[in-house]
Amino acid sequence: MIKVLFFAKLSELLDCKELFIEADNAKDTKQLFEYLLSLNPAWQTVLNSQPWLKAVNQTMQSGDVNLKDGDEVAFFPPVTGG
Amino acid sequence: MISIQTADFNQQQEYDRLRASTQIGAVVTFTGLVRDFNQGESVTSLVLEHYPAMTEKSLQEIVAIAQQRWLIDEFTIIHRVGELTVSDQIVFVGIASAHRGDAFAACEFIMDYLKTQAPFWKKEVMEDGQSRWVDARETDQDALHKWQI
Repeated sequence: MIKVLFFAKLSELLDCKELFIEADNAKDTKQLFEYLLSLNPAWQTVLNSQPWLKAVNQTMQSGDVNLKDGDEVAFFPPVTGG
Repeated sequence: MISIQTADFNQQQEYDRLRASTQIGAVVTFTGLVRDFNQGESVTSLVLEHYPAMTEKSLQEIVAIAQQRWLIDEFTIIHRVGELTVSDQIVFVGIASAHRGDAFAACEFIMDYLKTQAPFWKKEVMEDGQSRWVDARETDQDALHKWQI
């Protein structure tokens, strides 16, 4: 399974903080994102509404990344700490 | 030292810890506070969310990059999370070094990097009780670019 996490505005808009997806449905982060888009039309609108950042196993990644069973992928808005 | 905490912190205590060693010639500290306005609206409080599994790791990476560039003898990064009100302390970055140049640069670099790379998000609560997520600023990205990363 792949653990998927959402944070801040994104988790509020999706009304979801985390979910688990079969690793077969997410060979890489691009396929994972496409799978999330297919889950429900409301999610599609939110996920396409702006560019979201992502982290794979707690490290920010800008390009597509291969995934394996047990990985953790997080999607979130640009950060605003400090 | 890196700490993510809900509790407030004490400037004097942090400064004393940073200057404890006899090789220290300079201490530079930065403190970020909750201000009472943003984008033309009155702000009464903030809620700070973070990504617990990633936050400390990302701050360690930020420090490791700074340590490759400047001489850092001691460092402290404290970032608060949860509910904060106006004038509360949010973040503390303290750098102790033999020389002031290293301490100034490393402190500013760590803040610029933290602002755009560490997984924290602010939600503002306005005077009328409405709340909104703070948008990232382009000026923060520009600040990072000056370090040529």
